[in-house]
Amino acid sequence: MGKLLRRTFLIGSAAIAGGVAVGFYMYKTPYPNPISADTAKGESVFNPFVKIAADNSVTIIVPRAEMGQGVVTTLSALVAEELDVELADVKTEFAPAADVYYNRAMLEEGAPFHVFDNSFIAEMTRDIQGVVAKFLAMQATGGSSSTIDAFDRMRTSGAAARAMLIATAADKWQVAAASLKTENGKVLDPALGRSIAYGELVTAAAEQEVPETITLKDPVDWRYLGKSQPRLDMAAKVTGKAGFGVDVRLPDMLFATVRMNPRQGAKMTGMDASAAEKVPGVVKVINLGTGYAVVADNTWTAFKAADLVTPQWAEATYPATTDAIFASIDAALKAGGGFNMRDDGDAPDAVAAASGKAIGARYTAPYLAHATMEPMNATAQWTDGKLAVWCGNQAPTSIVTQAGSVFGLSAGDITVHSTYLGGGFGRRFETDFSMLAARVAKEMDGKPVQVTWTREEDMRHDMYRPGAICEAAAVVDEQGVPSVEFRVASQSPIASTFGRLAGAITPPGNDKTIVDGLWDQPYALANYRVTGIEVDMDIPVGFWRSVGHSHNPFFHECFMDEIARSSGQDPLEMRLKLMQPYPAAVGAVQAVKDMSGWGTPLPADGVKSRGRGVAFCLSFGTWVAQVIQVADTDDGIRIEKVWCAADFGTALDPKNLEAQMMSGIIFGLSSAMGQEITFADGAVEQGNFDSYDAMRMNQSPDIQVRVLQTSGKMGGAGEPGTPPSLPALANAIFAATGKRIRQLPLSKEITFA
Amino acid sequence: MDIKINGRTVSIEADPEMPLLWALRDIAGLTGTKFGCGIAMCGACTVLIDGEPVRSCSIALEDVSGDVTTIEALQGDDGALHVVQEAWIEQQVAQCGYCQSGQIMSAVALLANNATPTDADIDEAMSGNLCRCGTYPRIRAAIHTAAKKLAGA
Repeated sequence: MGKLLRRTFLIGSAAIAGGVAVGFYMYKTPYPNPISADTAKGESVFNPFVKIAADNSVTIIVPRAEMGQGVVTTLSALVAEELDVELADVKTEFAPAADVYYNRAMLEEGAPFHVFDNSFIAEMTRDIQGVVAKFLAMQATGGSSSTIDAFDRMRTSGAAARAMLIATAADKWQVAAASLKTENGKVLDPALGRSIAYGELVTAAAEQEVPETITLKDPVDWRYLGKSQPRLDMAAKVTGKAGFGVDVRLPDMLFATVRMNPRQGAKMTGMDASAAEKVPGVVKVINLGTGYAVVADNTWTAFKAADLVTPQWAEATYPATTDAIFASIDAALKAGGGFNMRDDGDAPDAVAAASGKAIGARYTAPYLAHATMEPMNATAQWTDGKLAVWCGNQAPTSIVTQAGSVFGLSAGDITVHSTYLGGGFGRRFETDFSMLAARVAKEMDGKPVQVTWTREEDMRHDMYRPGAICEAAAVVDEQGVPSVEFRVASQSPIASTFGRLAGAITPPGNDKTIVDGLWDQPYALANYRVTGIEVDMDIPVGFWRSVGHSHNPFFHECFMDEIARSSGQDPLEMRLKLMQPYPAAVGAVQAVKDMSGWGTPLPADGVKSRGRGVAFCLSFGTWVAQVIQVADTDDGIRIEKVWCAADFGTALDPKNLEAQMMSGIIFGLSSAMGQEITFADGAVEQGNFDSYDAMRMNQSPDIQVRVLQTSGKMGGAGEPGTPPSLPALANAIFAATGKRIRQLPLSKEITFA
Repeated sequence: MDIKINGRTVSIEADPEMPLLWALRDIAGLTGTKFGCGIAMCGACTVLIDGEPVRSCSIALEDVSGDVTTIEALQGDDGALHVVQEAWIEQQVAQCGYCQSGQIMSAVALLANNATPTDADIDEAMSGNLCRCGTYPRIRAAIHTAAKKLAGA
C-alpha cells in the first residue's frame, strides 16, 4: 500500500501542482524506439513521440487512433506545450505498431490519479486502471483513456526534447542551461539577447543524454492545455483530403469485397462462382472457408459480382431467432447464480421484508450494431513473405499479433499503416477486417488489394453490443432512501473479444462490463446489491461506445426514476440527496438542475404536453448528469433540448469536450430512438440505414454542455456522454406522457417525430 | 464515356451502369467523395450535378448529363477555401470527418438556392446526410455562419 501511495502521490503532485520533478520512466523501459529519421529531410528523432527537422518542422507521433474524438489535437498539444512550439504548425503522424506505445508500464508506475481516502472512490480508481491496462497494453484506443494515458507521458516527451535542445545550446554558448529559456521553437539566452532555432540544434540535441528527471510546467503557465484548440485535422476533413482506410491508393492496387456466412462464424459448405467469374473486370473469386471474396479492378464490380455467387451456408451455432436468443438470456437470469459486484447491506432481505410495498421492474435492451459511417475495410499487400496492412484501426498491435498467429509471421514481418477512422465506437478494435484483407491479398501474387465491405456486410457481421435483460426490485424507507437490487444477464463482451484475439488471455474473474453502470454508481445506499449473470452464446459481441454503460444506466436510472415517483419524491432532488457523499455527482446534478430550469412549469403551446427527465452516470472517470426535455406532438415525441453537465476533473480542451458530449448524447439517443439488431434464421435482419437508422438533423435537439473540473482526477470524454442520454430520454417521456417504457429501443412503444 | 468533373472533361472507361461514386473514387482518383451505404440513405457520397445535390452512389454513369462538382473542387485554384468550408472550420464541425464531404456539398447546394436558410430549411436540406459522430448542432451553426459570411460578402 505504501508503495502504491508513494507512486500515486508523485504523479498526482506533478499533475496538480506542476514544477515537481517526475522520473522519466519512459526511457527506462526496454522497448526500442520504432521511429527512424528521414535524414534527407534533416530530421532528428528525440524519442518515440518527437521528431524535429533542420527546417524547424516538428513532427509529433500520435500513438492513438483518431476516430473523431480529437486525440490528434489534444495529444499534440501535450507535446507542444512542453516542447514550446507553435501547436498550429506541428505535423502529426500515426504511430506504427510498437511496444513502446503500450500503456502497461505507465499504469504500473502510477496513473495520474489522486489519492482518495474514500474507499468507494479508491475502488473506482483501481477499477478504471484495470480496464485501461487491459485495453492499452495492446496499443489500443478505447475506454475513453487516450488523454488520461498520454497526459504525463506526452508532456514528458515534449519536455525531455526541450531539455535536450537547451543543453545543446548551453554547450554551444558555454553558458549554464539554467540561464536559458525557450520560446516558440527557439532557445533564448536572455542575458546576451541571442537566440537559436531548434532546427539548428537538432542533430547534436538528439544525441544528448536523455534527462533523468524532467520538470513539467505548472498548469498556471499552460499556453494550450486547458484552452480550446482548433483541431489539427479540421482543414483536411473539410477539403476531402483526410485519408481514411478506403482512401488508400497503391500502385497496381486491386479492389475486392467479401461475403461471409450471415450466420456469424459458421462455415460455407460450397459455392458456385461461375457467373461471377464471367463478369468483366473480375480477377478472382476466393473461397475463404466461412465465406468468399471477389477481387476485381474496381469496388463496384466486386460488389456486383459478389451478388452473383451462390454460396451454401452452414447453420448457426446459436439460437436462430431474436425470441430464442432472449429466451436463453431470460433462462440464465431465472437460473440465478452469477456474481455480485456490489453487495452492501442486505437488499434482498429488505425487499422481501417489505411485503406489498416493494416495487419491481423488468427492463430489456437489444443487440446493437456500431454502424460506423465508413464501412469496414482494409488494404493489404504481401512482399517477399512480409505483410503490410493499411487501415483505420483501434489496435495496431492486435493486428500484428493476430497476423502473426494466422500466417505464422514474426512481428518484424508485419507493418501496420494506420489511417484516420471513419468512426470507431469500438468496432475497429477488432481484427476481422484486416485479417480478411491479408488473406485475400495473399492470393494475389504480391499485388495490393483493398477489401471494402458493403454496408450490409458491415451491419450483418458486427461484434454487437449484447442484448440484456435486467430485473430490478426496491423498497423505499420513511426517509425516502431505497434498498435496491439489480440482476442483469447478458453475454460477456470481454470473453467474446478476447476469445477472438490470438494470444490474448481472457482476463481472470468476472466480466464487470456486464454490470457496469449498475454497481459503480455514486449512490449512498445501505442496501444495494448488483448481480451479473454471464450468458454463454456464440453471437460475437464486443465493445460498443461505453460498453456496459451503454445499457445498464438505462436500467439503473429509469428504475431510480420509478423509485422516486413511487415514493412521491422529485427524481432530481432524490438524486441530490442520495449522492451527497460524492460532491462531483452532486455538482453535476445541481448544474443540470440550474441549466434546465428544473421544476419550473413547461408551456404546452402547440404540443400535447412537455416533460423533463433526468439521469446521471459516472463512467470512465467522468461524472455526467443530463436533463432532457421532450414534447409530445401530433407527429410523435420530439426531443427538444438536452442539458449536460460533465465533471472531467481536468478539462484539457473544453470545446472538444463539448463536442464529445454532444456526440455521445446523439449516439445514445440514436440507439434509444430506434436501433435494434434482430435475428432470423441465424442471420441479422437489418442491413442498411433504411432498417437501422440513426438520429438525423431534423431530430437533433439543442444541446447545452457545461464542463466542470472538480472531481480531482481526469476522466475520459469519448464515451461518458452516451450513458445518461437513454434514461434521461425515457424519464422525460414518462414525465410528458405518463408512459413508462422499460424496453429499448423506445420506438417499440412510441413514435418519434 | 466523357464526364465533366470539376470543370474538366474526364474520359471514364467503365460499365455505363457503374454508379458515379465508384467512377470518381476508383477510376478518377477523387477519393474525397465517400461510400457510406450504396442506397442513397446516408448522403456521404453527395456531389453536385449542375449545382443540385445528388447521391453519387445511386446514379449510373450513363445517367450523368450535367457538370459534376466534388469536394475537391470547392477550394479555389489559389487554395482559398469555400465560405462553407471556412464556416465548418470556424465552428469546428468535423469529428471523424467521414461524412463531412457529403454534408458540405449538401450545405453548399442549400446556400446556393437559399441565402438565408431557417432551421426548418436546414432540417429539410440536411436530413438526408447521416453523421454518426453527431455533429449536427455544429453543422447547423456552421450553415448559419456561412449564410452570414455570404450576406456580408
